[in-house]
Amino acid sequence: MSTEQILGLITGVVFGFLLQKGRVLRFEKQLGALMLKDMTIFKFMLSSILVGMVGINLLSSAGIITLSHKAMNVGAVVAGGSLFGAGWAIMGFCPGTSIGALGEGRWHALFAALGMVAGAALYAELYPLFKSTVLAWKNFGKIGLPEVTGLSPWVIIALFWAATISLFAWFEKKGL
Amino acid sequence: MKRKTKDGGWSPYLAGALLGLLAVVSVWATTSLLGKSTYLGASTTFVRAAGLLERTVAGEHVAANEYFKKEKVRVDWQFMLVCGIFLGALASSLSDRSFKLEGVPPVWKKRFGPSVGKRAAGAFLGGIVAMVGARMADGCPSGHGLSGMMQLSVSSFVALAVFFSVGAIVAAIVYGRRAS
Repeated sequence: MSTEQILGLITGVVFGFLLQKGRVLRFEKQLGALMLKDMTIFKFMLSSILVGMVGINLLSSAGIITLSHKAMNVGAVVAGGSLFGAGWAIMGFCPGTSIGALGEGRWHALFAALGMVAGAALYAELYPLFKSTVLAWKNFGKIGLPEVTGLSPWVIIALFWAATISLFAWFEKKGL
Repeated sequence: MKRKTKDGGWSPYLAGALLGLLAVVSVWATTSLLGKSTYLGASTTFVRAAGLLERTVAGEHVAANEYFKKEKVRVDWQFMLVCGIFLGALASSLSDRSFKLEGVPPVWKKRFGPSVGKRAAGAFLGGIVAMVGARMADGCPSGHGLSGMMQLSVSSFVALAVFFSVGAIVAAIVYGRRAS
């Protein structure tokens, strides 16, 4: 294996370990989040974003890493996001968690993973069609919130922290 | 705040914060070792897996496909990351005995009955729709939800809001009705 592959594998093992320990891989947890009955996934994702956004913005402002925004293509994000949301609710897994769920013995996730491979193959065939339609509506490019709002990333991060911590406090108060 | 949950897992706040740390270390490690800042993600791997499988029966077709050319069909960093997720989840579930063979999840069973075939069909069809959507949106809850939000990407804030709101509506329609 190349350095690239070994590094990916090690990172993935830790990723999968944390997903499983956080108990976010299960169908019940995914549906619980979508039906707003079980906040485990919100707590998990938001906690990782809180920590990650500080570290990533520190490293990027120090010039150590470069940011890599995904394009704000309106048709892509709205139409694609809607299709993803619908499929996610039915399958009960997202791409990463389907593989993790398989690892903890939930073998019905295999059908989800196979469906997603088929979906990827289908997308590759339809790509020229999408490129001239959905993907061509309006593209604002690779933009970040600081450029759009004119605020320092640290102001945005502070606001995000304040809002998220209040949300966590509310979850705990309500016993969610 | 409790460090352990009732089912023997870790507090989602703790596990999530550690994942945030992993995300930061990982971007730094890929930048310094591979020369390119690479962020956690999963859905592009399904494209590469599809390309690798198709290539065994239709090599020329894959080589000529514009999307496969764009995403490059090879076993890269993210492909191994996704393989690692399987191993990490396996190790973790064995270590605390939460590994469980399950063919039909309880919530599904309550709504659609115990048929494995029905669950398999639902998972497969849902998977097709979700992956077409994820590739169109250029990311999933890992790439957009975690990595994009951490970078304060506009597209990721919008994508995650759309994922959750449409997911919530569809979940309410599909699973909301009480099982009789």
